Amino acid sequence: MRETWLILGASSAVARAFAREAAEHGAALLLAGRDMEDLGHQATDLAIRHAVPAVPMRFEARDLASHAGFVAECRERAGEGLLNVFLAFGVMPDQAEADADPAVAAGMVEANFTGAVSVLGTLGPVLEAQRGGVVVALGSVAGDRGRKRNFLYGATKAALLTYLQGYAARLSGAGVRVLCIKAGPVDTGMTWALPKLPFMASPRAFAAAAWQKARRGSGSAYLPGIWWPVMSIIRLLPTPIFNRLDI
Amino acid sequence: MPDSLAAQAMTRMTGWKSTALQGWGRSTLSPCLAARPERLRELRAALDTPEGRTLIAHGGGRSYGDAALNTDGAVVVTGRLDRILAFDPATGELVAEPGVTFADLLAVFLPRGFVAPVSPGTAHVTLGGALANDVHGKNHHHAGSFGDHVLWFDLLLPDGRMQRVSEAEDPALFHATIGGIGLTGLIAAICLRLVPVPSNALAVRRRRVGDLDEFLAGFEAASGATWSVGWIDALASGRSLGRGILETAEPSPTGLPHTVPKSRRFPVDAPGWLLNGMSVRAFNALYWRRVPAAGQEVTVPYRQFLYPLDAIEGWNRMYGKQGFRQFQCVVPPGPGVAALRRLLETVAAAGSASFLAVLKVMGPEGRGMLSFGMPGYSLALDIPARPGSEELFGRLERITRDAGGRIYLAKDSLLSAEAFSAMYPRADEFRAVRARVDPDRRLGSDMARRLGL
Ligand SMILES: Cc1cc2nc3c(=O)[nH]c(=O)nc-3n(C[C@H](O)[C@H](O)[C@H](O)COP(=O)(O)OP(=O)(O)OC[C@H]3O[C@@H](n4cnc5c(N)ncnc54)[C@H](O)[C@@H]3O)c2cc1C
Repeated sequence: MRETWLILGASSAVARAFAREAAEHGAALLLAGRDMEDLGHQATDLAIRHAVPAVPMRFEARDLASHAGFVAECRERAGEGLLNVFLAFGVMPDQAEADADPAVAAGMVEANFTGAVSVLGTLGPVLEAQRGGVVVALGSVAGDRGRKRNFLYGATKAALLTYLQGYAARLSGAGVRVLCIKAGPVDTGMTWALPKLPFMASPRAFAAAAWQKARRGSGSAYLPGIWWPVMSIIRLLPTPIFNRLDI
Repeated sequence: MPDSLAAQAMTRMTGWKSTALQGWGRSTLSPCLAARPERLRELRAALDTPEGRTLIAHGGGRSYGDAALNTDGAVVVTGRLDRILAFDPATGELVAEPGVTFADLLAVFLPRGFVAPVSPGTAHVTLGGALANDVHGKNHHHAGSFGDHVLWFDLLLPDGRMQRVSEAEDPALFHATIGGIGLTGLIAAICLRLVPVPSNALAVRRRRVGDLDEFLAGFEAASGATWSVGWIDALASGRSLGRGILETAEPSPTGLPHTVPKSRRFPVDAPGWLLNGMSVRAFNALYWRRVPAAGQEVTVPYRQFLYPLDAIEGWNRMYGKQGFRQFQCVVPPGPGVAALRRLLETVAAAGSASFLAVLKVMGPEGRGMLSFGMPGYSLALDIPARPGSEELFGRLERITRDAGGRIYLAKDSLLSAEAFSAMYPRADEFRAVRARVDPDRRLGSDMARRLGL
């Protein structure tokens, strides 16, 4: 039976690379997002490259009322096979912009956290009922400690991680694995215009590693792995020193 | 917010970053603002450049010179637009986004028995770049150039309109965009016809050739071959002027087991002395002897025959920090033969450490107004950027021009506007189409300015 991966936020470069990885391994794809033109292109690409079924689906993280219907449709499209979830949506407006305009900040919380909680919550019973499957969600190293330059985005990802910990505990009884990937910067549109970032991963290498983790892992994992020692040190820095760093 | 911060925030929102790009020859560093759209919507947005800067597309960055550079302007990097949009195995018709590469085509379609109709010497070239330089391969003598196999393309015009361009519906724009070095708009999708092949391998024959005359006779005799190419030892002179290896290939009826390509990376910028005349001479002699005197017949995967240099990633760093330039010209048959000889003599005399020169018989004139292809012989060679190398280029350019030949824009960074107009008789036609689709001159590149386009 062919398994299905539901990709939430499928137009992002990381999600795109992950979808290709999944398709290469024979999975069917549900590509959920807002840019239907783009998702259509992506579905055709996956179907031609890897001869797997791929379907674009409209999904708006902030439209909480739509989530029940959306999840029901996903379940139906996945048919008899296992439904897995890759949650990749999230926005990262400039911190300065969010500092200046609380509405921008609130919008980010809504998209990155509230939206995730709502759609994962709705998916919960479906996953429990199938007694298996995997949920992989994109967290961020930014969630490990609030930095001056990026703490709002980091806060939404930290909240997501905490949510996922409990979510994992709840679903583990049903044999569903939940994995939060603490992503370092990936070379995508989100980071393109930022000043040079350390240990940047290509979407392809990132997705290949994420796929490996998705096959086995649960809990949380740093990707690329180098972020584990780096963040261990950053987390331990005494506050007076940390606050003086311009990071 | 201070002004600079505001400007920074602006460029962030639209995805522009300040960077410096290079052509494949790495001879100049070109500062610019660059965007790298990941979807069509973002490609459209890139037309709206900061401060009204001019814009040029940048594909795989495999052009050696300044075709894809826009110093102090804006550049849109298209590599992330890499989706395959349609494929019909009955006809071989493929529709793809411009950032799809020849490597993608090989990976996806060779297992299904199809290859690109025309392929340049590296698989890292994008389809957008292939169209914009109307590239050719080792089968040009009968398959023509890339543009000959293109049915239509979607062109995002400078005013934001998307136009599907075909030879039937807008011949002028079609012919201006094929080989039009990105100056008519941003190519957003391309429809081309792939060709069926019996297996994943080629039957290749190699033989040593003693001099230029023997080479030309060899090409003549091999004119029925599907693929043919000559590798010339560019340092050999006197009686061995033009000595080299002639390679021909046919689709092999039987395939090879699938292997995953291994590539090595050229580790660092090589020190300049590595490429002195001596070491190159030794390399070239070895290369020649690798093929036994009696010739050689081998079956090799397509990849190995079409893209031999791709086995070493970043080989362009071999020429050190100063970089290098490639000279490639085509000269017509007849007077071209004497010109070929003079070109080889000039290079050998300069001792400028060109590894190998590539000689090809060229077939039909391309469809593009600025297409490089025309009947005759094409000669390509690398020349490290050293004092005196520009002057050497000047001499090679003169010989080419006097023989009625032309220099390939995909490789060029030195040609003058005046010599360009002499070599490309349809340049004015091209300018007229540009004036029609880009009256405000929103598109621009270093090459366009240099050549007076
Ligand atoms: C090792 C090597 C071997 C080569 N062998 C051959 C060969 O055998 N035959 C041959 O013909 N060439 C050959 N080339 C040259 C190469 O094929 C051309 O320079 C080709 O155009 C490079 O394509 P690119 O994708 O790298 O584009 P770039 O070099 O980045 O750009 C090339 C041109 O295409 C334009 N362009 C790119 N994308 C778009 C788009 N979406 N819309 C509009 N314009 C666009 C750019 O503006 C620019 O003018 C070789 C190059 C190398 C490095």
